[in-house]
Amino acid sequence: MTKREAVFSKDMENKKVSVVRLFDAPLEQVWKAWTTAEILDLWWAPKPYKAETGLMDFREGGQWLYCMVSPEGAKTWCRVDYHTIDSQKSITSVVVFCDEQGNENPDFPKVYWKKQFSQPDSSTTQVDVEISFDQTADMEMLLKMGFEGGFTAGLNNLDEYLENL
Amino acid sequence: MRRDVFQAIADPTRRAILALLALHAMTPNAIAEHFESSRQAISKHIKILTECQLVNQEQSGREIHYHFNPQKMKEVDTWVAQFRAQWESRFDQLDELLKNQNHKQS
Repeated sequence: MTKREAVFSKDMENKKVSVVRLFDAPLEQVWKAWTTAEILDLWWAPKPYKAETGLMDFREGGQWLYCMVSPEGAKTWCRVDYHTIDSQKSITSVVVFCDEQGNENPDFPKVYWKKQFSQPDSSTTQVDVEISFDQTADMEMLLKMGFEGGFTAGLNNLDEYLENL
Repeated sequence: MRRDVFQAIADPTRRAILALLALHAMTPNAIAEHFESSRQAISKHIKILTECQLVNQEQSGREIHYHFNPQKMKEVDTWVAQFRAQWESRFDQLDELLKNQNHKQS
């Protein structure tokens, strides 16, 4: 099976970036993978990081508290506050950096997320992720931090990515 | 007020100015002629572009020419590339998981 291409776009005017990707699995299964702590822990952290859930309360008004663990074992905690959940259709949330107890760190920017799930056919699921920021400076800051906890894509891969932009 | 490249290119007029300067260096008057906006508005845009180093100015005799600095644009490219790399890594792992779940079910 060929690898699905993710489509990325940026809209600087509205301080937004978006990603659209198809998955070869039914909607129910993809939805579960995005909303169940045990499954998220297996894929949410980009290599070589690992994600570890501290707490998952998946409902409107609930939160997902998790950390990204670096290969050296350093942990960066994030808190996802779920605002709206339309089962198997969409999720809106706000993500903040926090401590292990989930207390927000106000020095870091808030990031706003909207995820939409749809099913072009019974064996394929489309996920649209839209990420927006309060100000463009937040985008810069997030890059300096490596998005989530010092994540830096294998820098040798970076040149390759830059060439293909 | 600290300027960042993201903010600079978030404005359509500023992007249009950059597109002009990417072709060749221009005086502020020459730039302004391309736009409906007032000269003041255009020079304010040029000032922002200069502050974040997307544009450099060069004095030649009595005239100032503005040059596009493509190096600075790389910052945005780097951001997008990092973002992309992060998501590609996630998606590959999710594909694997979904594939394995499918095997189990069939």
